[in-house]
Amino acid sequence: MIKIDAGTLFFAAIFTNNILLTNFLGLCPFLAISREVRSSLGLGVAVVFVMTCTAVINYLVYYYLLLPLNLEHFRYIVFIVIIAAFVQLVEMTVERFFPALYYILGIFLPLITVNCAILGASLFLIIREYTLIQSLAYGAGSGIGWMVAIIAVGAIREKVQKSAKLPRGLEGPALTLIITGIMALAFMAFSGMIQIQ
Amino acid sequence: MPKPPTNAQIFMQGLWSDNPVLRQVLGICSTLAVTNLLINTLVMDAGLIFTVTMSSLTVSLLRKYTPMRIRMMAQTLIIASYVIIVDISIKAHLPDISEALGPYVGLIITNCIVMGRCEAFARNNPPWPSFLDGLAMSIGYSLVLLTIAVIREPLGFGTMFGFRVMPGGFTPWTVMIMAPGAFFTLGILVWILRAYFPQTAGEKKS
Repeated sequence: MIKIDAGTLFFAAIFTNNILLTNFLGLCPFLAISREVRSSLGLGVAVVFVMTCTAVINYLVYYYLLLPLNLEHFRYIVFIVIIAAFVQLVEMTVERFFPALYYILGIFLPLITVNCAILGASLFLIIREYTLIQSLAYGAGSGIGWMVAIIAVGAIREKVQKSAKLPRGLEGPALTLIITGIMALAFMAFSGMIQIQ
Repeated sequence: MPKPPTNAQIFMQGLWSDNPVLRQVLGICSTLAVTNLLINTLVMDAGLIFTVTMSSLTVSLLRKYTPMRIRMMAQTLIIASYVIIVDISIKAHLPDISEALGPYVGLIITNCIVMGRCEAFARNNPPWPSFLDGLAMSIGYSLVLLTIAVIREPLGFGTMFGFRVMPGGFTPWTVMIMAPGAFFTLGILVWILRAYFPQTAGEKKS
């Protein structure tokens, strides 16, 4: 459908078409976790890894299993099961072999199953008819874009909570949404570089 | 064990005092993405109401037979089945809107509200209250979506349901139909609500 090389797509997914700031995906964990940089980073890394892998797995399953069998309507069920299974697998592997890493990432992994950005990335790459390489680039780029956004907002929130006296009702989600809005405005400045749809 | 709430209480909780978007700030991914046009919002709402209500009912009916350990997986599968029904019906009857909504219909599966209601209410309650709870929560959710769309569409396009409502010389605020407008609108709504109607019980410090 579209002819752009994977490298361009990778950067486009990070900056101009950031999955959080332009497609609103993955907001629930984003609002809950972005309170500080440390946990943002942990969740961000986990998302990058899971999103990259599931984008590729879902691509392969969709084109080599579901399409030949005319089962494309079942893709929602299949994708979500694959994501859940993959997260479970990662969790067990990390717990078994990298206990130190498990302490940092452990609590975030189950959250990822219901992160709509992961499922969203898989659905976008089917709708936009990406190739395998493009899917890999898109999955990795979206994950990194999501991580960049959550770390940036986490850093801002950390500062704001420590220093500022906030008006009633603004603390918590309301403020985070407004900060995110300003960040989305800033990211719109990148949109002159590349446009993907 | 607290006294089980009456049906009317369940309903009011969903619509106002525990409103999923404004109070709990859950499930807002799709809230923001579809609210730049009222018509898209309406279709999305209908799909969501159907999914939440039916999956709450189903989870509640099956609650005695679902093993505890795999209940999340079972709930996800139930939800995904209903979402597929919604997706196919929208594709068949409203192809244009299906095109515009893109992947967001499928993303109802990971909408935290659906899972949240199954997990928080339906799996411990009999079918009828669960059905009501799902209905009330999703209607409460839909009303907020519509409010946001009513703010965004006239400001962003100068129209409402496609009809021109703003005076001739009005310059549309492009920012309102793009992502930042959505974040600002919801952020300000939540702020107003929390400032003027502070919740006494259950308000989470975050």
